[in-house]
Amino acid sequence: MDTFSTSHNHTTALFHDGLTLDCGRHLAPVEIAYCTYGVLSPARDNAILICHALTGDQYVAQTHPLTGRAGWWEGMVGPGRAIDTNRFFVICSNVLGGCMGSTGPRSPKPSTENVAEPWGTDFPPLTIRDMVRGQEMLIRHLGITRLFAVIGGSMGGMQVLEWTTTFPEKVFAAMPIATAPFHSAQNIAFNEVSRQAITADPEFHNGRYWETGAIPARGLGVARMMAHITYLSEEALTRKFGRRTRPDPQRLASKDTSLLGEIFEVESYLRHQGSSFVRRFDANSYLTITRAMDWMDLAADHDGDFSAAFAGTPIRFCVVSFSSDWLFPTSQSRLLVRALNRAAANVSFVEIESDKGHDAFLLDEPDFERTVRGFITGAAEHAQLSVASHTEG
Amino acid sequence: MRLDQRLIAGMIEPGTRVLDIGSGDGTLIDHLFRTRGCDARGIEIDMKEVTRSVAHGLPVIHGDADHDLAHYPNECFDYVVLQRTLQAVERPREVLRQMLRIGRHAIVSFPNFGHWELRLRLLASGRMPNTAVWNTPWYATPNIHPCTIRDFIALCDEENYVVEEWMAVDEEGERAPWRRSIRLANLFGEQALFLLSRRPSGSMTKTS
Repeated sequence: MDTFSTSHNHTTALFHDGLTLDCGRHLAPVEIAYCTYGVLSPARDNAILICHALTGDQYVAQTHPLTGRAGWWEGMVGPGRAIDTNRFFVICSNVLGGCMGSTGPRSPKPSTENVAEPWGTDFPPLTIRDMVRGQEMLIRHLGITRLFAVIGGSMGGMQVLEWTTTFPEKVFAAMPIATAPFHSAQNIAFNEVSRQAITADPEFHNGRYWETGAIPARGLGVARMMAHITYLSEEALTRKFGRRTRPDPQRLASKDTSLLGEIFEVESYLRHQGSSFVRRFDANSYLTITRAMDWMDLAADHDGDFSAAFAGTPIRFCVVSFSSDWLFPTSQSRLLVRALNRAAANVSFVEIESDKGHDAFLLDEPDFERTVRGFITGAAEHAQLSVASHTEG
Repeated sequence: MRLDQRLIAGMIEPGTRVLDIGSGDGTLIDHLFRTRGCDARGIEIDMKEVTRSVAHGLPVIHGDADHDLAHYPNECFDYVVLQRTLQAVERPREVLRQMLRIGRHAIVSFPNFGHWELRLRLLASGRMPNTAVWNTPWYATPNIHPCTIRDFIALCDEENYVVEEWMAVDEEGERAPWRRSIRLANLFGEQALFLLSRRPSGSMTKTS
């Protein structure tokens, strides 16, 4: 390393030497785009890494440059919030394979010929651990030897777990939220339907869609719509939409899909989710990252024994699940907790009562907020971090 | 903090690893961490209490004595504490075995069903006794395995546990004076508190 550049309100670290991936291939150069909040203490002991989910990004607590919407965890991260940026130095980076500035399928593919062409589907297969290795290069570069905490939900929680097993000496406290130590067959199945929707789109062109200037918007939109259903719950859908209908805005264009010019509100909502998603996300990134999730299995290197992955771990864990989450159900969190118990790890475990499904971790849930705040405060006391704020908020 | 929790804390060596089963609002583990430097953790069945404890920064998991102890390795704690809960678990004997498998010591408290008031009420009225301690009707009580102090000591003998310390405690948690005689303690003690350990293998001496 190497160099820095700043654009889109984030910073990019460029690592010329790159890194060797789990698949055996060497990826170089590697760029990691990230955002930080708060101030790193002189002892460099107050850093919290936040890991984002499948379609998240580094804009955790600031306006998104493409959508203009608030940061995806602004309710949780900020001055005086549960993850208090007056006290902690918060880092969030775009995952490897992503499309918001870190090296991914949309990045230029290094080649001997002088033709600038994106990686596309030639991008090497990634694992969650590869993403974590990229983050580790970044925090090393930032001069941090040990993170006070690593926190993330869903795929972010998978990264948290990979941190605790790949770099246990570099993490003091870990908070895997609404996640699992492996990707279940059902979740792999959902991902496969998403991928099939993308690759079946005629605009996909075997992943070389940049050549035509189009994007497989239809397929990517369907993938998002299907995935979005898995992030909610039947209760939440009923509460939000019920069986209410509204006039179909595409009435003339699609007479056959609506009855008397009406569509259900849930249809309209999903269409909106699909169409807004394709404006900010790259289809090849979606393929690469969902594959990485599918490969997630902490027990893979330990003969199926999850607890072996955590043997002797000194890390303080707080596992959180949500009662209505059927994508990463409480049973999978409990399996994780029992594995941690078998390893005699220091672990807290809370199931938050919520009807909002998997997405509850991104929404306003007072019990969850209190849990995050309390766990961090308690862990900081055990880490003997100073209570003083580093800046006034 | 309840007085009997102070008595329990007094049985625990500073700087040790403690698991409190049924940790409630986390008072005992918080006290053990702050005043005795213990690595104290909790298991609690009531999710509201779990959330409250974790929100106070305490390491507590949602679980219960019957189902979650089996997942811990042998002797990973110095003390495993079960407060006022033994009578409410599904399999008390198995819970005790698990406690003394995962911990070097077990600290157990339970309401004494041998108390004179219960005996008298059953004798006089012929109905299930209803007192300050035993205050739910038989069809609604969670206390499915009540026992007396003498019953408990008999079980310890059968299971070959060493009673390192025992005391009768009144409902407020104050230590009761029936120290010398188990029979008197069994008659006048509202609660009982035991510190147990496993007998070293090979030794066959009897306690009490």
